[in-house]
Amino acid sequence: MSSDQPFITDESQVVTETRDARMTGQGDRFNSRLREAFGSSPFILTKFDKFLNWCRGSSMFMLQFGIACCSIEMMHTYAVKHDLDRFGSGVPRASPRQADVMIVPGTIVSKFAPRMKRVYDQMPEPKFVVGMGSCTISGGPFQEGYNVIKGAEEVIPIDIHVPGCPPRPEALVYGVVKLQERVANGEAAPVTVKPYELEEFSDLERDELVDKLADQVDDDELVMRYNFADSP
Amino acid sequence: MSLERPDPVDDGAVERTPDELEALLGDLVVDRDDHLNAPGFVIRPDTVQETLSVLKEQAGYDHLSVVSAQEYENRYESIYHLKKYDDPTQEVSVVVPADKDNPVSESAEPVFRTADWHEREAYDLIGIEYDGHPDLRRILLPETWQGHPLSMDYDLDRPQIATLPEHANPLQEHHKDADSDTMFLNIGPHHPATHGVLHLKTVLDGEQVIDVEPDIGYLHRSEEQMAQSGTYRHQIMPYPDRWDYISAGLLNEWAYARAAEDLADIEVPEYAQVIRTMGAEMCRIAAHMLALATFALDINGDFTATFMYAINDRERVQDLLEDLTGQRLMFNYFRLGGVVWDLPEPRDEFFSKTRDFLDQLPESVEEYHNLITSNEIFQMRTIDTGVLPPEVAKNYGATGPVARGSGVDYDLRRDDPYGYYDELDWDVVTEDGCDNFSRLLVRMREVEESAKIIEQCVDLLEDWPEDERNIQANVPRTLRPDDDTEIYRAVEGAKGELGIYIRADGTDKPARFKIRSPCFSNLQTLPEMANGEYIPDVVAALGSLDIVLGEVDR
Repeated sequence: MSSDQPFITDESQVVTETRDARMTGQGDRFNSRLREAFGSSPFILTKFDKFLNWCRGSSMFMLQFGIACCSIEMMHTYAVKHDLDRFGSGVPRASPRQADVMIVPGTIVSKFAPRMKRVYDQMPEPKFVVGMGSCTISGGPFQEGYNVIKGAEEVIPIDIHVPGCPPRPEALVYGVVKLQERVANGEAAPVTVKPYELEEFSDLERDELVDKLADQVDDDELVMRYNFADSP
Repeated sequence: MSLERPDPVDDGAVERTPDELEALLGDLVVDRDDHLNAPGFVIRPDTVQETLSVLKEQAGYDHLSVVSAQEYENRYESIYHLKKYDDPTQEVSVVVPADKDNPVSESAEPVFRTADWHEREAYDLIGIEYDGHPDLRRILLPETWQGHPLSMDYDLDRPQIATLPEHANPLQEHHKDADSDTMFLNIGPHHPATHGVLHLKTVLDGEQVIDVEPDIGYLHRSEEQMAQSGTYRHQIMPYPDRWDYISAGLLNEWAYARAAEDLADIEVPEYAQVIRTMGAEMCRIAAHMLALATFALDINGDFTATFMYAINDRERVQDLLEDLTGQRLMFNYFRLGGVVWDLPEPRDEFFSKTRDFLDQLPESVEEYHNLITSNEIFQMRTIDTGVLPPEVAKNYGATGPVARGSGVDYDLRRDDPYGYYDELDWDVVTEDGCDNFSRLLVRMREVEESAKIIEQCVDLLEDWPEDERNIQANVPRTLRPDDDTEIYRAVEGAKGELGIYIRADGTDKPARFKIRSPCFSNLQTLPEMANGEYIPDVVAALGSLDIVLGEVDR
């Protein structure tokens, strides 16, 4: 460095050039929106919660959970053509302990509701539920059936309802993407006490029915009691 | 029970007139109660086994299709619908009335093994008790259920309790015998290999299965009640789509359409029959593709190539069906007396799209053969596993690819023709292997036969004169079939004989609507196939049965 060439001390220009080089010099493929947001600085400031929610919403693990007709359309949603994996929520997990989203694809009947509740309980927090099809909303075409629970929300909390009988795969994709949006924004259905809970037999209020079953069912056996008269 | 050896002339296809049958049964017959499809013999409730074994052994009625039970004002009644595997047009109904206050009737289980589950269902839903039944428990509803929902005095608003027995821990001491070390294992109701919500209670000795007991009812959606509360003309038709929901909708709709049309004496125009035949076979292809996909999934592992390929082919069929019916899965396309609308316009486009699909199909079938049937590992898993001998299959009332995979040549499309099938050139596929592999092979070859049928239908439809395209017969707005007419009619669904029993009571709704589901009978054979085998073979056998829980439980 000779003395007749003064050392350039305008630091702002150096920074600008570096940034420009980063943003434009290497071609478009490095020009992601994330890069634009970062600018020259490789740091990002955000709330940890928000960041975690964003991660959570961008990578969801589905529970492989087939119940009825809707599960056929759900399989189509996972498979070629519709390929739910494109949205970062594809791979169905066979075990509830590895999943964080449960798609409820079908009619819930009296014998299955306690099992569904159990599977839901086995999923680790935080967990989300997509209700697929009319049956999970209200019982759908089977609402008047003697054995049908009038909607999955009688048993577990549901974040997104996808209507249809069955919904097209596109509709389910939309529902899941909406769920991802909600999760990324940190919203979820409040976990409240549902009309039908799993409880021990001895905790049920004594009435004619309980008395009748008393010698058939153990006191500590888990039961679900359905009050069909109060169902919507 | 008759101990005489059946006269060789008497077995099989010899057709007897109703009066000859009555003479054969002699004193057993108390009365006649003929149905539209068959002569009906009323017998006393304590002579069920005797009557059925005479009919089975001396007259050749070797197929108990279904037991339909119902309650009348003054009595209970179970009807045994019998057929012959050799000629299903020969039918006979055995009507067993039971006392209103104390409905007990003799069990038919020692004569027909299939009666086991059918009678349990009748007990569960109607409340008839079967004397001598080996295991009379509820089958579809929880054990703790109160009342019998299809009986007359059932109160829908009654509270009910369902139990969730704690998961039995297979390692616990009380699951072990003192002198054996068997282990109890639950498979399902939420399990990837059970194809829905089926629960298998298995007892294992090491890796071998000693006993497997299917526990069903996790998808019992009260389909029969739904149909009984709908009107014939429009309100019932959407439900059949939801019995066998693996895109087999049109096949199921046909079962209801056929029964109701024969009941109300409706003639379907020929053009509509051709459309029906074409649509139904498309459904069969879609259904068999899924059977193949999930079977490969069970054998080969996670979401792999075969599954994706088969789903891809299903998407193609579903596109065609969507063009035809307007829906991907729940078509609701048939109407009594025809179909709801004509082929989509422009017709040429639909035809060429269909032909494109048919042209490409042999290639994909070839690909499946490359991928799975010629795969050595796949063969090791499926050949000679899950063996179901033909006599056992018949005893359990197995039908469809399950029966045909055991060499039972029984296909209602040919044997009891309906629609346009008897005008077309196609073959019934059978395989003699009796194992998982044969059942898969039957399905794959049936896909090719279905393609042949569709191709001929497309040819016919293309040349059909424009002014003769009659899609709908003239059917009254409100159908009221005559009081006290009864009918049982079946079609060949994707899984086998799908039958409907309807009793009309003069109103616009059926008084009794009973669904004979092929999967219900087919699933009963699982213990025969699985006991003594290794546990992966149970999964393979279950996959090869290709059950749909919506149809098993209804």
